[in-house]
Amino acid sequence: MADQARFTELAMEYMGSLYSAALRMTRNPADAEDLVQETYLKAYRAFGSFQEGTNLKAWLYRILTNTFINSYRARRRRPEQTELDDVEDLYLYRRLGGLEAVTAGRSAEEEVLEHFTESDVKEAVEALPEQFRMAVLLADVEGFSYKEIADILDVPIGTVMSRLHRGRKALQKALHDFGRERGLVAPTPPAR
Amino acid sequence: MDEEPSIDELTSTGGCQDALHTLYHYLDGELTPERREAIQRHLSQCAPCLHAFDFEAELKAVVARSCRDQVPESLRRRVADVIEQASKSRPDLV
Repeated sequence: MADQARFTELAMEYMGSLYSAALRMTRNPADAEDLVQETYLKAYRAFGSFQEGTNLKAWLYRILTNTFINSYRARRRRPEQTELDDVEDLYLYRRLGGLEAVTAGRSAEEEVLEHFTESDVKEAVEALPEQFRMAVLLADVEGFSYKEIADILDVPIGTVMSRLHRGRKALQKALHDFGRERGLVAPTPPAR
Repeated sequence: MDEEPSIDELTSTGGCQDALHTLYHYLDGELTPERREAIQRHLSQCAPCLHAFDFEAELKAVVARSCRDQVPESLRRRVADVIEQASKSRPDLV
């Protein structure tokens, strides 16, 4: 059993991660701040039931996502889109990453970064339907394992993998669309 | 358009299909050590697959970097305040 007096010392270091995730989930700074505050208050009150030595960050994320689902999603009127267009694997790579870049001596990093800005990436993540957005955030931004994500979202591991797979493809398509709107990506047809 | 071979034509062997199929499990660190080594062996011999892996790894890193936001100082204070209040109003729990 965890000692509540140690809560601040142990839990505060995760605020940056939790706040960033809250921003992507609520898509609104005021709601994100409320969500983080509510998460910390709930976590503090429940800290007695936290097993010290287990994964505190995952435990906090579980409270964050549950709070989001229960308090914030309920406010939304329009139903959340749950289907995604079918997008081929390696969607962006097929369009941007041709092998000629290697022979031209350009790195993968240069290739990726020349096409998008940081705000494009944020916007593309936030445009994902919620269940896919959460899976992508937890895996790609926070680096949680599939098992940890399954525990945080309370779904089977197979569901995590399927959401990640489809969410990432949709993210690539959104990035490509943004890049094209900004004129950073040439409107060429996909590589054969 | 010149006749540059597509990623599908360049990666049509079983080893390529196997590698690309497990690309994200590899990048996510979800493969057993044996499977991981097998993929690394393939990548060391196959430029088209290696390049696709590099691109996807970079994209994953860019997503992670782009989605980090600075916590407003006012939020840090708010959270510290509500926890302090909670500790006072529930002295039995402290």
